Amino acid sequence: MAERILKSVSVRALKGAKRGGQYRKEAMIAYGILIAGYILLQLGAATGIIGRNLQGQFVPICVYMALAISLNLVVGISGELSLGHAGFMAAGAFTGVVVTRVLEKSLSFAPARLIIALIAAALVAALAGFIIGIPILGLRGDYLAIVTLAFGEIIRNFMNVIYFGLNEKGHLVFSFNHAIDGIEDANRVITGPIGATGTTQIATFTGAMLLTAFTLFVVLNIKNSKQGRAIMAIRDNRIAGESIGLDVKKYKLMAFVVSAALAGMAGCMFGQNYSTLAPVKFNFNTSVLILVFVVLGGIGNIWGSMIAAALLTILPEALRQFSDYRMLTYAVVLIVVMICTYNPAIKARIGAVWSKINPFRKRSKDNSGSSGKKGKEAA
Amino acid sequence: MKKTWTKALAVALSCMMAFALAACGGGSSAGDGKLHIGVIGPFTGGAALYGNAVKNGAELAVNEINAANADGLQIVMESQDDEHDAEKSVNAYNKLLDDGMQVLVGPTTSTPAAAVATECEKNQTFMLTPSGSSPDVTAEHGNVFQLCFSDPNQGIASADYMAENFADAKVGVIYKNDDNYSTGIFNKFKAEWEAKGKKVEAEETFTDGVTDFSAQLNSLKNAGVDLVFLPIYYDAASNILTQADKMGYAPKFFGCDGMDGILSMEGFDTSLAEGLMLLTPFTPYSEDAKSKAFTEAYQEAYGELPIQFAADAYDCVYAIYDAFNKAGLDPNADMAEICEALVGQFAGDFTASGITAEEMKWNEKGEVEKTPKVCEIQDGKYIEK
Amino acid sequence: MNFLTNLISGLSLGSVYAIIALGYTMVYGISKMLNFAHGDIIMIGGYMSFIMSMYVGMNGWLALLVAIVICTILGITIERLAYRPLRGTGSLAVLITAIGVSYFLQNIALLIWGANPKMFTSLFKGMSPIHAAGGKLTITPESIFTILANIVIMLCLTLFVSKTKAGKAMRAVSEDNGAAQLMGINVNQSISLTFAIGSGLAAVAGVLMCSAYPVLIPTTGAMPGIKAFTAAVFGGIGSIPGAMIGGLILGIIEIFSRAYISTELADAIVFGCLILVLLVRPTGLLGKKVHEKV
Repeated sequence: MAERILKSVSVRALKGAKRGGQYRKEAMIAYGILIAGYILLQLGAATGIIGRNLQGQFVPICVYMALAISLNLVVGISGELSLGHAGFMAAGAFTGVVVTRVLEKSLSFAPARLIIALIAAALVAALAGFIIGIPILGLRGDYLAIVTLAFGEIIRNFMNVIYFGLNEKGHLVFSFNHAIDGIEDANRVITGPIGATGTTQIATFTGAMLLTAFTLFVVLNIKNSKQGRAIMAIRDNRIAGESIGLDVKKYKLMAFVVSAALAGMAGCMFGQNYSTLAPVKFNFNTSVLILVFVVLGGIGNIWGSMIAAALLTILPEALRQFSDYRMLTYAVVLIVVMICTYNPAIKARIGAVWSKINPFRKRSKDNSGSSGKKGKEAA
Repeated sequence: MKKTWTKALAVALSCMMAFALAACGGGSSAGDGKLHIGVIGPFTGGAALYGNAVKNGAELAVNEINAANADGLQIVMESQDDEHDAEKSVNAYNKLLDDGMQVLVGPTTSTPAAAVATECEKNQTFMLTPSGSSPDVTAEHGNVFQLCFSDPNQGIASADYMAENFADAKVGVIYKNDDNYSTGIFNKFKAEWEAKGKKVEAEETFTDGVTDFSAQLNSLKNAGVDLVFLPIYYDAASNILTQADKMGYAPKFFGCDGMDGILSMEGFDTSLAEGLMLLTPFTPYSEDAKSKAFTEAYQEAYGELPIQFAADAYDCVYAIYDAFNKAGLDPNADMAEICEALVGQFAGDFTASGITAEEMKWNEKGEVEKTPKVCEIQDGKYIEK
Repeated sequence: MNFLTNLISGLSLGSVYAIIALGYTMVYGISKMLNFAHGDIIMIGGYMSFIMSMYVGMNGWLALLVAIVICTILGITIERLAYRPLRGTGSLAVLITAIGVSYFLQNIALLIWGANPKMFTSLFKGMSPIHAAGGKLTITPESIFTILANIVIMLCLTLFVSKTKAGKAMRAVSEDNGAAQLMGINVNQSISLTFAIGSGLAAVAGVLMCSAYPVLIPTTGAMPGIKAFTAAVFGGIGSIPGAMIGGLILGIIEIFSRAYISTELADAIVFGCLILVLLVRPTGLLGKKVHEKV
């Protein structure tokens, strides 16, 4: 048995060493998509090719990309199913709203306010991730999934009974479960289920794009670091990882907390893009939506999840011409795409057709190329 | 390694196709001599009921106007789904702008309405929401108006009516604490009720998706509550009425405008709602000629009784149409110009008469001023009090 | 007395969760997938029964039977078209597909039956509630029948799984898919059968749920679905008695926290309890401990 463990670990180590080049490639593609997307969209908006509908989605697209990348750190790289990502997004979003509202009078330079809010959001979300992560990371698979789902719901449930307001001195007042007396409507910051109202919108496309780039930078660096390799080794074979002395809990917690912090930042950016923000936005469906990005983009595939996030954000909007059948079409597209990308037989057929029409076809029998992407199911 | 690149290329191609799909259809159709009205509401998802009512009500009004003056001003209506979500609602609004909308009727629900109101102010679109009743919708937006009662006003009106007519009642409340509308009414109601030196004996809440109200009803029953205020929508209320009936608890129930529609629910046993009182601007059982005509036309077109949302939307379209004519506007005018003229009307001495009220006026906050009607259900019919 | 009233409400709500959770747990046991569309099959079951009794004029029980048949067919079809192509590709891909199916069912219901809520006529209409303790305690026929149905279904399923050939085959597939195939068990058939049973149960749950809580809209099944999923995990997912116990406990906690602690935070308390249980027993109350092979 020991022999097998050693073998598996050493093979992985070798693969890891070989992967150096692959990482560079992955980073190049990911940053390339981001930069090319940014330039194209800016050009499109400037020349008027892109309508308001799509322009209005620039910030959400970036936010969803960042969320997908951060969730990929947990689901793809650390190999844990999380169904509560929207909870961290909520924590970040509402922290961000409170911070920007408090600073609004004293700090008039919006980008500075945004950066402070982002940092605060990251800290609060990281704290939430830490508190949640410590007890639950010992759980396995679907049990972890349900607990993250539960935590997401608990965070949202609490948001419904939390009230923040600014008193006449501009100080923040907090109350639990009931409206704050003596605060004018305009000075309410967060009003339970009504959520944040009267937020000054300071999110910009450039800011959101930079945030996505930052998220990408953090996640790619983690993936490519010693810790990242340890996390992936644990994902692929937990027992083997433990046996060579990796501290499983520490590494899992690290991935979880970083992912939560990044989701908090993305949530903060999202919250700054709308004048109002209700807790109901961060329900189970949003968590699932982010998970869909990750799975559709290829679990563990960073740039894949970015593309999936962008496409799936645009898709329901692009389907508006189907009017009543819009969401039905969306559901069908989702199912069909999932089957086409994951069913081995269909995938092979598509691959065969593609290789025939592929203009860059290489006459080589070496097709072991990028099989390392999808982790094999460990027994 | 080639494989990665070809894959990337494939993905990039599909991206471009999606973008093209999203970008096309953006041709502005304004300037064709017709007035373009946009409608936003949740047509799918859990709140679809309200969005569809608004869409149908507005459509009915548009069809009537178009049929009535074939040679005069024609209205083109386009509706977009927002799934009761602020983000989607802003997207829907932008989509409508792409398609040449000049005036907005909507969004239907409060949170999306508040988000879109900010955008409307930025772009100078005239916005009249039929049912986004939170004060956050109109707050500090000069060009945003409400046609429904605002939530606080309903809370105050309910408290006043109860204090006058049920002075000795022990009052309890069940409200939906993750809902903008419900908490908005409740908070103001409570403040007003306590300002009258009275006490809310029991406050019970529920959240989305809750169907079992036995614990809440039990608490009310044990607190000796004999007047239950239900500032909630009728779907949850019908569950409450059914369960109260089953447990043999029969207090007086009092609802707000969200309660309207309870009688027209398919399969609803109207005896459950016997004695239910509600504060509503519209009932489909009204004897008023205009309301009657509307109800009949609506039933013929959509096969169901209209709820108050539909009536509000119907009035919205007529109010805009009247104000538009009164201002003497040209349908080819651009959005900001129309907005300015309509704001001049609505903020001025313009009054609109419709099926939800006569002589509606708007105050400086953009809230409508009309008197609520209190109805009681007797023998499956609304009786105005 | 108050306590008893709440306890009965809790048991009744818990029984609804339990019947839904039984479907979840069976499907999970055999195909290791979280079938998020399960809640929506409940909704379809409710609508079918409603349509049959309102429009076709069927007797409530006959309508229930029709709903069971339709949901069973629906369940098998969904498995065949959406889940089977993804078998063996990891649980995540199927999970997302299940969510797609859930959206699909909700939206198709919206298109067919519209957004207006329907008021379901109770299956037990006409039966009078039982009054005890001088009228202080009322037990509705819905509560009694739901609790009874839950127990009967659980017993039948346990017997079915442990005694019949098909049930044993299901257990074998659940234990080891590959080995079961080698033993000559038709895996496809076993999985289809599981989906059929699960979906049929969903129809029963839908009718019972709508009898007690009569408002029917296209998203009716969503929240009970999540709660029942929680219940299944609570009791140890994959375990049939576990699902029942999990459902009952969840229902009781929910009602009690509403009655005695806070209605605002009832959901948080329910989910908090789930987390606590999983911290003490990582595989749920009756879940099997999984031994890792090296």
